[in-house]
Amino acid sequence: MRISCPFCGERDSREYTYRGDAIALERPAPEAGAEAWEAYLHLRDNPAGETRDLWYHEPCGAWIVVTRNTVTHEVLATAPASEAAR
Amino acid sequence: MSRPGASLSQSGGVFGFIACYPRHGLLSSGGQQGNPMRYSALRVLKEGLTGQKGWTPVWRDPDPRPEYDIVIIGGGGHGLSTAYYLAKEHGARNVAVLEKGYIGGGNVGRNTTIVRANYFLPGNSEFYSHSLKLWEGLEEELNYNVMHSQRGLINLFHSDGQRDAFARRGNAMINQGDDAILLDREGVRKHLPYLDFDNVRFPIYGGLLHPRGGTARHDAVAWGYARGADRRGVDLIQNCEVTGIDVEGGRVTGVQTTRGAIRAKKVGIVVAGRSGQVAAMAGMRLPIESHILQAFVTEGLKPVIDHVVSFGMGHFYISQSDKGGLVFGGDLDFYASYAARGNLPMAEHVMDAAMTLMPVIGKAKVLRSWGGIMDMTPDGSPIIDRTGIDGLYIDCGWCYGGFKAVPGSGFAFAHLIAQDRPHETAARFRLDRFRTGVGLMDEEGTGAQHNLH
Repeated sequence: MRISCPFCGERDSREYTYRGDAIALERPAPEAGAEAWEAYLHLRDNPAGETRDLWYHEPCGAWIVVTRNTVTHEVLATAPASEAAR
Repeated sequence: MSRPGASLSQSGGVFGFIACYPRHGLLSSGGQQGNPMRYSALRVLKEGLTGQKGWTPVWRDPDPRPEYDIVIIGGGGHGLSTAYYLAKEHGARNVAVLEKGYIGGGNVGRNTTIVRANYFLPGNSEFYSHSLKLWEGLEEELNYNVMHSQRGLINLFHSDGQRDAFARRGNAMINQGDDAILLDREGVRKHLPYLDFDNVRFPIYGGLLHPRGGTARHDAVAWGYARGADRRGVDLIQNCEVTGIDVEGGRVTGVQTTRGAIRAKKVGIVVAGRSGQVAAMAGMRLPIESHILQAFVTEGLKPVIDHVVSFGMGHFYISQSDKGGLVFGGDLDFYASYAARGNLPMAEHVMDAAMTLMPVIGKAKVLRSWGGIMDMTPDGSPIIDRTGIDGLYIDCGWCYGGFKAVPGSGFAFAHLIAQDRPHETAARFRLDRFRTGVGLMDEEGTGAQHNLH
């Protein structure tokens, strides 16, 4: 699997560390309540198909949101997490 | 080198060919219910002398009926054992198992077959201890040779800190009533003389031996439970994919399938890597991310690896099947996937680790590799619980350790479904621990990230 870093171009997946679903960018307020925190920390849509997840590109230190297919491993789009979070 | 399970595996040779027969069950229709056909040495002898013509399909291949008391979604190891114990322990007589493919075609037929009870935390510890006891009586229970071989499992350690952690784990295992022996370097050498003890980066300090750990024949476990359940009247319905779960007024009323609607008073979901999709049919979102785990098998070799061995500093563990192939694997590929195939970086890492630990196997040729879909929870421990919907139960989150749990999980899930209260061995496998934070069982202490367990 090769993933395109928005800053460095297409690179081998070995250069990346996987964090999990891009829901990690949507941290709830500290007092948002148990359900919001459960949804953020633990619950997942876990789709068989298109998903958005968060990868760290070690050589350049960028967090990247990768849109990809969990069934085919096809990478559809990538964007810096700083833009995706806005 | 002792091999406590050797006598079991040798008697396995006599019966081994029988285990091929259930495949014919897939092709046939029509009932064999009530045909006793118990396996025995006498029967093997008789069939051997009469051209093996007396064997019949081991389970029926029935069409679904319009209604059941209990429907189990998922005909893998856990679903089949659940159905078996529902019939046997709780007298359930009107049960169906719905399998979208064929019996034994999922993870239960493609794992690395390791059976152990070396868990540390309360909750997991008593559960796996119970499951191992069920394993130890399974062949007699099922009248089926599952080739359970307690050849001993050795987890190696490579630093002082790791030794302390394993000493603590071993004490927890002994306190649970199971067995553990802390081996020093020379103790390991007696069992595993072929390791690279003086590796400059990861020298071997010792290992934790779990003598009752070992392996079993994975397909035979599925077939044995399938046969046992079928014989007690459970309908095993293959090629029947569930496409919807019917809920009325907060209570489950049945399921929609590719072979028509089936009404049911109770429904159990036990579908491993597909838990997210099936639960979504009932409007649920689970604390599960599905990940890929690879495994590898070499060509058949003469006996070389007598135990189950795991490397403490890389992702690698290995055993040798009775057929001679080295069966080994590593860790997840670490990204969410349903592809049922891995990528090369993890394959490369596993081979690296193998060569670091035991260069002796370096010339063995890898015959095949595959990837399974693992239902990873954020604390690495499973779920056996009710859901927010009356009559709907779920058993999932086995991460990559589901095989050894097959008997214990089915036993506990059957108890939950039949009695509507958890079995004592699985009382801590609660779904709500992920909301309350109470009773999380993070065995490896890696935190709330699904792929790290």
